[in-house]
Amino acid sequence: MTALAPVHETVAAPPRNWKTPIVLSVLAAVTFVVFGLLGNAQEVTFRWSEADDTISLASLVVASQPLCLVLGVLTLLGAGFAYYRAYRREKVPLWVSIGVGALFIIGLFANVGAGATVPVVFILTGAIGLSTAVIFGSLAGVVGERVGVANIAIEGQLLAGAFVAAVVASVTDSLFLGLIAAMIGGALVSMVLAVFSLRYVVDQIVVGVVLNVLVVGITNFFYSAVLSDNSEEFNFPGTLPSLPIPLLSSIPVIGPVFFDQRITTYVMFLLIPTVWFVLFKTKWGLRIRAVGEHPLAADTVGINVNNTRFWTVTVAGLIAGFGGAALTIGSVGAFVREMSAGQGFIALAAVILGRWNPWLAAVAALLFGFSRNFRIWAGQIGSPIPPDLIAMTPYLVTLIAVSVLVGKAVAPAAVGKPYIKE
Amino acid sequence: MSTDQSVNALPPQPRANQLLQAVLGGGFVRTLLAIVLAFAVASLLIIFTNEDVITASGYLFGRPGDFFSAAGSAVGDAYAALFRGSIYNYNADTVVAAFRPLTETLRFAGPLIAGGLGVALSFRVGMFNIGAQGQILVGAAFASFASSMIHLPYGIHLIVAVLFGLVGSALWAAIVGVLKAFTGAHEVIVTIMLNYIAISLVTYLMRTPLLHDMEGSNNPMTIPPDPTAVLPRILGEGFALHLGFVFAIIAVVVYWWLMERSTTGFRLRMVGINPDAARTAGIDVRKIYILAMTLSGLFVGLAAVNQALGREGSFTPSVDGGIGFDAITVALLGGSRALGVLGAGILFGALKAGGPAMQVADVAPEVLGVVQALIVLFIAAPPLIRTIFHLPGRPKRAPRKVKATKQLEEAS
Repeated sequence: MTALAPVHETVAAPPRNWKTPIVLSVLAAVTFVVFGLLGNAQEVTFRWSEADDTISLASLVVASQPLCLVLGVLTLLGAGFAYYRAYRREKVPLWVSIGVGALFIIGLFANVGAGATVPVVFILTGAIGLSTAVIFGSLAGVVGERVGVANIAIEGQLLAGAFVAAVVASVTDSLFLGLIAAMIGGALVSMVLAVFSLRYVVDQIVVGVVLNVLVVGITNFFYSAVLSDNSEEFNFPGTLPSLPIPLLSSIPVIGPVFFDQRITTYVMFLLIPTVWFVLFKTKWGLRIRAVGEHPLAADTVGINVNNTRFWTVTVAGLIAGFGGAALTIGSVGAFVREMSAGQGFIALAAVILGRWNPWLAAVAALLFGFSRNFRIWAGQIGSPIPPDLIAMTPYLVTLIAVSVLVGKAVAPAAVGKPYIKE
Repeated sequence: MSTDQSVNALPPQPRANQLLQAVLGGGFVRTLLAIVLAFAVASLLIIFTNEDVITASGYLFGRPGDFFSAAGSAVGDAYAALFRGSIYNYNADTVVAAFRPLTETLRFAGPLIAGGLGVALSFRVGMFNIGAQGQILVGAAFASFASSMIHLPYGIHLIVAVLFGLVGSALWAAIVGVLKAFTGAHEVIVTIMLNYIAISLVTYLMRTPLLHDMEGSNNPMTIPPDPTAVLPRILGEGFALHLGFVFAIIAVVVYWWLMERSTTGFRLRMVGINPDAARTAGIDVRKIYILAMTLSGLFVGLAAVNQALGREGSFTPSVDGGIGFDAITVALLGGSRALGVLGAGILFGALKAGGPAMQVADVAPEVLGVVQALIVLFIAAPPLIRTIFHLPGRPKRAPRKVKATKQLEEAS
C-alpha cells in the first residue's frame, strides 16, 4: 500500500443545496405574512410563572401583530442568510435553522394565542410529558438502526413495557420493580426480534410488524381476561412521585420544566447524552456503528457481527421498555389497552427525521409531544383552527421532511440486511 | 456436493425475494403445523387465565385430575365456541341459524382478502405497503361521499360508489409510489405517516358537510349511504353476507391473472426480484413503483368499499376495523399468492367471526389476535417449525459465496 502515491484530483464544486433555504423561507414567509401582515391585533399574554412558584416573573403582554412582524423580519433575515450560504456552496449552520424554527413557533403561539394567555411552563412541561415515551423509543430506534437492525417493533416494546410496569408494580407494590420489569419486557420483545431476524434471517420489517400485532394481542387478552375484572389487584400501580431538585427547581421557567419531574424524565434527560457518548465516543459504540455500516469489514477485524447485533438490540429493548413504563407508572398509572397508540411508529419517524443522531432524534420526538400539547392548548382557548388539522401537522411535516430533506443516503448502510458469515 | 454448487451458481437473492421464499417456500404441511402450534400456545393462555383451572391448581398435587379436567374443559369450551361462531352452530334451532356462522366468516373474510391482495401485490414488487389502514379510510370516505351525496338510480349508483372507493384508495396509495419513485423516501415510514394523516383528514371531513349531517350530533360520522348504494345481500335477508365477498373472489382471480399471467405482472415481479436487473432490461422502475402502489391501492379500495357500503348505517373514523393491519398478516400468511391470500383471508375471517361466540363462552376473544400473530410468526421462520416438529431440513442453504462477493462489491 505504501507504494501508491496519493492521487490528487481536481475536485468539482459541490452542487448547491437549496433545500434548507427553501424550507426556512417558507417558514419565514408564513411568519411575516400570515402571522404578521394578516395577523391579529389583539394582545397576547406570555405567562412565565404559576401561582405557587417561589420566584414569580411578571407576565409579558404584547400586541400580537407587531410582535409577529418583528419575528417575521428576523426569520426573513435568517432565511436570506441561508440563501447566501447555499449560494456560496456552504452548509447552512444548524443554529440558523433552529433559530428560524423557534421564532416561527413563537410567532405561531403569538398568533393563535392573541386575546388569550400562553402558559409557557405548562406548554413546555406538557410537551416533555407527552413525548417521554416517544423519546425513549427514538433512542432505542437509533441504537438499533446504528447496529443495522431496523426495529419496527418499538411500538410493541413500548406497549409491553407499559403493561408489564403496571402489572408488576401493582402485584409487588413496588414502582421500582415495575420499572425493572418494564425494561425486561421491552428486552424480551427485542430478543424475539433479534432471534428471528439474526438466527432465522427473517426480514426484520416482517418480524417487527408481526411482533407489534403479537404484543397488542397478548396485552389485550390479559387486559380483558385478567386486568379488567381485578383492576385493584393487577392494574392499580400508582404513579412515580415528582422529585423536585432543591434550589434548581425554583428557577423560573427552567426549574419546573427541567428540575421538577419524575424519575423517568430525569433518566430520559441523562440517557440522550449517554447514548450519544456511547455511540460516538467509546470503543463499544465504534463497534456498533461498524457493524451497522459495514458488517463484512467489522467481521474481518474480529467483531462478532450477530453477537454485537443481538446484545445491542437487547439494550435498545431495555430502553424502549423503560419508555413504556413512562406511559403507565410514569404518567397515568393504570394500563389501558393499546395505550401506546402509535407512539412507537412516531419514534421511528423521529429516528429518521433526526438522522440517526440521538440528540436530533430526541428533538424530533419532542416536536411531536409539543404539537400534541399545542393542540390541547389551542382547544382550551377556543382556537378556530380545526383540531384534526393540527393533529395532522406533525405527520405531514415528517412526510415532507422524510421525502424532501432527508433523502435516502444517511441511514446506516446495513440497516435491515441480514449478515451471513462466510 | 453437486447440489451445493448449483445453488452457488444462482444469482444473488435480493431481500424481497428472500422474504417471499421464507413465507411461501414451505408449503401446506408447515402452514398447518404453524396453525396447530399457534392454537396450542393460545390454549395455554386460555388455561392459565381460567378461574376453574386456577382454583384446581391450588390443590394440583392433591388431585391432579381436577386440574387437567378443568384445563381440558376450558380449552374445549373455548374452541367449541369458536367453531359455533365461525363455521357451524350445532346448537341452533333453524337451519338458517346453523349455517349463519359460516356466512359470517365469509363476510369478514371479504375485506381481509381484498386488503391482503393489495398488500401482497406490494410485497411482490419488493415494497412494504403498511398503509392499508389509511388507504381504507380515504377510500371509505370517497365511497361514503358518492353513496350519500350523489343520488343516482339503482344499479348505477352502486357502481359509481364502488368506483369512488377504489379511486380514493388508489390515489392515496399512489402518493407512496410517487414519493418512493422520485425522492427515494422509504415506503414504510411514508405509509405509516400517511395512515395518521388519513385518520386526521377523514375525521376532519366527517365533521364537515362534505360527509357529515350537520343537523345531527357533533361527533365525526358519515351520513348513511342511500339504499341504492348499499352492497346487496346475496343469500337473502337471513344472512348478512353481501356482494362484497363476490367482489373479493373476483379480485382473487384478477390478482392471479395479473401477477402470474400478464406482462404487467411479469414486470412487477421482475422489479421485486431485482430492480437493477429490471432497469438494465429497460423497465422504468420508477413507473413500476407508482403503478404497483396504485394497483395495490385498488385492491385495498375493495376492502374500503366493503367497509363503507357493506351495511346500511353510517360509520365513524374507526371504519377500517383493524383490517389495514390484518391485511399485512393475511398477505404474509398467504405467501402473497392469490390462493394463499384467499385461504388466509377466510381463516382470519373465521377468527373474527368467532370472537363474539367466545365472548359468550366467557373466553376473552382477544386470544384470537394472539393466534393470528403467532401463525404468521411461525410461518415466517421455517427453521423454527422444522426444529420444533423435527421435520427433515431441506438441503438448500443461503448461497454463501455469492453473498460475500456481493457484499464486497457493495463495499467497493
